[in-house]
Amino acid sequence: MQTVNAMIRQCRIAGFWLAILAALPVQAGSYELVIDEKAVNLTGRERTAITANGSLPAPTLRWREGEEVALRVTNRLDEPTSIHWHGIVLPYDMDGVPGISFPGIPPGETFTYRFRLMQSGTYWYHGHSAMQEQLGLMGAIIIDPSEGETHAYDRDYTVMLSDWSDENPHRVLSKLKKQSDYYNFQKRTVFDFYRDLSDKGFQETMADRLAWGEMRMDPTDIADVTGYTYTFLVNGQNPAANWTALFKPGERIRLRFVNASAMTHFDVRIPGLKIRVIQADGQNVEPVEVDEFRIAVAETYDVLVEPRDARAYAIFAEAMDRSGHAQATLAPRRGMRAEVPPLRPRPLVSLADMAAAHGMDHGSGAEGPHAGMEHAPEPPPPTNGHEGHAMADMDHAAMQHQASPHAGHEGHAMPDHGQEHADTAERVLSYADLKSAEKHEDWREPDREIVLRLTGTMNRYVWSINGKKYSEAEPIRLKYGERVRFTYINQTMMNHPLHLHGMWQDLDTGKGPFNPRKHVVNVKPGETVHVDVPVDASGEWAFHCHLVYHMETGMFRKIIVEPPDAAAKKGA
Amino acid sequence: MPLRKREPEKVIPSLEHYRVRRSVPVCAAAILMMFGSGRATAQMDDAIYNYLRFERLEYEGNGDVHLFKWDVEGWTGNDDNKLWVKSEGDYVFEQDIFGRADLQLLYSRNIATFWDAQIGVRRAFEPERTFDGVIGIQGLAPYFFETEAALFINENGNVLGRFKLAYELLLTQRLIAQPRVEVNVSADDIENRGVKAGITEFEAGLRLRYEIVREFAPYIGFDYVEEQSLREHKHSVRAVAGIRAWF
Repeated sequence: MQTVNAMIRQCRIAGFWLAILAALPVQAGSYELVIDEKAVNLTGRERTAITANGSLPAPTLRWREGEEVALRVTNRLDEPTSIHWHGIVLPYDMDGVPGISFPGIPPGETFTYRFRLMQSGTYWYHGHSAMQEQLGLMGAIIIDPSEGETHAYDRDYTVMLSDWSDENPHRVLSKLKKQSDYYNFQKRTVFDFYRDLSDKGFQETMADRLAWGEMRMDPTDIADVTGYTYTFLVNGQNPAANWTALFKPGERIRLRFVNASAMTHFDVRIPGLKIRVIQADGQNVEPVEVDEFRIAVAETYDVLVEPRDARAYAIFAEAMDRSGHAQATLAPRRGMRAEVPPLRPRPLVSLADMAAAHGMDHGSGAEGPHAGMEHAPEPPPPTNGHEGHAMADMDHAAMQHQASPHAGHEGHAMPDHGQEHADTAERVLSYADLKSAEKHEDWREPDREIVLRLTGTMNRYVWSINGKKYSEAEPIRLKYGERVRFTYINQTMMNHPLHLHGMWQDLDTGKGPFNPRKHVVNVKPGETVHVDVPVDASGEWAFHCHLVYHMETGMFRKIIVEPPDAAAKKGA
Repeated sequence: MPLRKREPEKVIPSLEHYRVRRSVPVCAAAILMMFGSGRATAQMDDAIYNYLRFERLEYEGNGDVHLFKWDVEGWTGNDDNKLWVKSEGDYVFEQDIFGRADLQLLYSRNIATFWDAQIGVRRAFEPERTFDGVIGIQGLAPYFFETEAALFINENGNVLGRFKLAYELLLTQRLIAQPRVEVNVSADDIENRGVKAGITEFEAGLRLRYEIVREFAPYIGFDYVEEQSLREHKHSVRAVAGIRAWF
């Protein structure tokens, strides 16, 4: 087994050679990852994490565009494992999803992944077996562009956000199956009811409570798994550990944010600094200057910051439901700590938000499509909750939805943030701000549309697509060479970060050939989003919500891309 | 297999015993039925979970009566198909007898988003040993009412019903008030059991529990109980104290 140091050494050696060989057309690097268990203490209690080369998170892999990598991954666990190279375009049998692209890596065995890197940017890798990513099996991938960086910077840090629970993920899921609101300790109480009575009056309060009651949904239901069990980490360290990135005043620092959480969306701020977003999901975007951005599970954002003062700045990542935060520090020297802002009030989904954005009457709900019904052959009356009629904009983002020039059903990506920010004048990144820095030469109108309704039953903790769980559904079949428009309609109350393996999703923000190209597209509650997928990779691929417990309970599909000849034969 | 002999009266009907002796073959058959025909899949989304909840495990009493009451239910199964076991009853300390005790074994099928249909058998141990067929529904009604309704039909054609409704009011995130109603009804007089047609038992109560963790909550409260039989009509108010636990 190799140690982290050996790994780093190897990377350095590889990096050295790569630097020398940079001009040559063919480069190759070989890497070794050993997956094993390790005792860790992140909360005051010792627990077992799953590590690669003994490191939590797994070591950062630094590669170069054009390089051919060979990775020997050895499984020292007593259960099967796998590594998925998230966002990397590669042959499907190297993608690392057990049961789809390969059989997985049995205990004691080694699997060698081989692929050539046809892209640059920030990505990550993680286990795709038995929720091992929740147990720590995730690491960053940085691929340096072959033609040099677009933006100049003095320092380069990876900021990997994650959520750690002392509970075994299988136990977490089991609890959710038995009581889906188990982890929500921010529910509305009787006293909230009285407070609302005095604030809003009897009629409005009752109408609100009755509407939610009829749907059997809870407006405080923002996150399924919360800070009650999670400790939020930066690069594997809890807030007290104060992971620190050093700088000298006036330097320009690149921060590569990766949300490697199993379940947690974060709102990231660095109070006192403007954040210049330069990449999303590894792809260059037109720089956008913001004060804050939301990073959905499995997304990456590269940003530049330029601290001018010789003081500590907090890198502050609030969990979307405000049940906790991850925290790190930017400082001129170690040991410094910035003043940490308090958590802002937790968001609350409101009926007004829901109705405002899509003009739906949630009380009757008669308009909505009912594909979400999990188990009923005929849709019963739509008095249901998470799964029911289009929960159009149960969205704490609905307000900005409205404000957005792209608002409405047209499905351009909406601003990411909701009413929790309504009281701040600060600039928050939205998908609508993302514009690809390069024109996509292959851009064209889609050949056909596939509608995917995101459905589920919160009450029973069942998640599905078009009302069907993975085990009940047929694969989605695509033809090599076609351009398919996926229309995501979120009929649930939850955000769903949708990840397509092997191919890009060109997120329609109305910018045509400059639409941002993403591997994860977050679809907010009630929202409709269009993405265009250039089908340029044959094989069998996974497509799923990247919230681990949603994926495991059914919001998952196999996508089969028929190779060009097979498609031609069938057509003939 | 012959039925267990009646006596010893004083022992709480042993779930263990019962499960081993009778339920195992039934469970096995049901599980085979549920999963045998399904598509073979390694997916987690079809996983089987097990749940056991002591909804009530309590002392109930006033100046006149002192009872131990239980209301236990559990299931095993996947999202669509479950095998349920339910038992409820009460035990009178002074007289050392059970007022009521039964055990149900039900196959439960998810029929609508919030609803399961259930069918199975009930074995009543007290006041009289009977077998009933059971058909019922269970789920979450609009406005968050936990609802359970069942019909019991015995071999003589007697029809009885049980209806339960519960609601949860959060005083804080952990302090929860639970009003609860249970009504037992009979369609006909059943002479040999002393059952009078109509509402045979009505219980309405309020329990205030504190969830130390979600799975374990001690509670206190009160019950108003009204019982009607061919022989007598009783009603009383009783204090309750107990625990709610699940895993």
